[in-house]
Amino acid sequence: MKFVLAPPSKAGDASFRLLSWCMAMVVFLLVLLVGWELSQGSQLALHKFGWRFLVRSDWDPVNGDFGALPFIFGTIVSSALGLLIALPLSVATAIYLTELAPRWLRQPAITLLEMLAAVPSVILGLWGIFVLVPWLRDHPFTFLQKWFGFLPIFSGHIYGASVFSAGVIVAVMMVPIITSISREVLRAVPDSQREAAFALGATRWEVTWLAVLRGSMRGIFGAAMLGLGRALGETMAVTMVIGNSPEISASLFAPGYTLASAVANEFTEAADNLYRSALFELALVLLLVTIVTNILAHLLVGAVSAPRQTLHA
Amino acid sequence: MNSSQTMRRKAVSALASAICFVCAIIVILPLALILFHLVRQGASSLDWNFLTHLPKPVGETGGGMANAIVGSFILVVLAVLIGVPIGVLGGIYLSEFGSPRLNWSVRFAADILNGTPSIVWGIVVYALVVVPMKGASAYAGGLALGLIMIPLILRTTEEMLAMVPNSYREAALALGIPKWKSILHIVLKTAGKGIITGILLACSRIAGETAPLLFTASGNQFWSRNLSEPIASLPRQIYTFAIAPYDDWHRQAWAGALVLILFALAFNVGVRFITRGSNPAPDK
Repeated sequence: MKFVLAPPSKAGDASFRLLSWCMAMVVFLLVLLVGWELSQGSQLALHKFGWRFLVRSDWDPVNGDFGALPFIFGTIVSSALGLLIALPLSVATAIYLTELAPRWLRQPAITLLEMLAAVPSVILGLWGIFVLVPWLRDHPFTFLQKWFGFLPIFSGHIYGASVFSAGVIVAVMMVPIITSISREVLRAVPDSQREAAFALGATRWEVTWLAVLRGSMRGIFGAAMLGLGRALGETMAVTMVIGNSPEISASLFAPGYTLASAVANEFTEAADNLYRSALFELALVLLLVTIVTNILAHLLVGAVSAPRQTLHA
Repeated sequence: MNSSQTMRRKAVSALASAICFVCAIIVILPLALILFHLVRQGASSLDWNFLTHLPKPVGETGGGMANAIVGSFILVVLAVLIGVPIGVLGGIYLSEFGSPRLNWSVRFAADILNGTPSIVWGIVVYALVVVPMKGASAYAGGLALGLIMIPLILRTTEEMLAMVPNSYREAALALGIPKWKSILHIVLKTAGKGIITGILLACSRIAGETAPLLFTASGNQFWSRNLSEPIASLPRQIYTFAIAPYDDWHRQAWAGALVLILFALAFNVGVRFITRGSNPAPDK
């Protein structure tokens, strides 16, 4: 009897395996590449200003005097404000979608949220400039100043383009992320937990509060961190509504600047090397902050749900 | 049982449910408002001219964004050429060859890359390509978008391949088919729709990116003659027109945004519709 088929050669397998291994390794290579290019680019500023770059508040391209503080301040304040707005809304929406909404309504609502996540940030910025900011300026801002103007955060002249506007825009971008992760966190709570609470005579809200929400705090916190990671790095929409002015002001109605928007806005006009290097260092700071936030988020959410690409990772 | 207390508890429950419902409405409201304004402001300027003409200089009305629409398309194609082979093969390695420890670290690195702000990719590719090539180009823009795609596609490919039942792989191996052929012809084909969905979603995401293109593809008011020249793109053109002080440019920015969002949403809704209920059976 003769062999009809030659025994499969190992060469094909080995080379295919090697090829796909190389492609998987590209991911590590990219992490190194990003870190290396940014630190190379910021050498000049690192040497000139050292770690004090982080706490200096001067930003004077003409005299070659640079500090990152106004940008770090603007980034943190606008993201924190965004989180303050987005978190309660997102968690309540997630609760509504997992615990309360009628079944037929859930999938359409989730699709709408995914569509919101798919809106490109430049379109959000366009809408921000021409619709949201004028409305915020004429209604909520004047209202807040009228009644709470004695607070430093609501004092000063109202321009429209401001840290507050950036916070609202960023909140719109965070909501789909925080809602979808929170929804997965809540869904991971076993039904037996809910049934046990119902059996004890709890109302629907008591079931949600005691049996579902209490144990999900960790996951929801992780969802918030993931949203925050997105907000910190958001560039176009924020650049279009924040006013782009490197100042530190107590008032949320004053224009500000963020790390990402400074790079986006000034990089093409940065003529001399030190200026360019300072912008590279802003990007490096931004990268480190987002990495720390994302790692923290993954540690918190990790066990509950593998992060996956729906529309935005 | 104290009935007034029961009443109070029921009232609290109803109130809390109502608040959650209102929050859900507030959350959807921006989407509705954005779509409403895009259609109201953009639809009137969206005509055949807009889709087939170059932008006019300041002061002249009319003109369109034909070059930006084509430019965006070219950039996405370049990005796909870079992102898809690397992402899919990397995903295959994780699912078919990798060890748990290596997989964990690759996933971790991919998640870090996914969380990297898109402006950072722009500046990295600027240093990597634009500086040595002494100028912005379509290649640089496509590379920036392609690098963003890699971790996205790697993660979805791995997830989709993990859903292919092991019995398929075993059946192929039992027939004496080499492993690499069984992966390409059987495993990959079974997970095909899921992987293509992932690729299309990644495309719709990068097609709307502006920040990575600012210093890499730059912009162009005319047609690009070749790929080593700066190239126009729809998001970048919308940005330029939106922050300019001319009313006619604002009008065109709205029209451009309407085109862009129609593409993005058509992709998303379409992909969902095509692939509904066609995922491979879970491993059991």
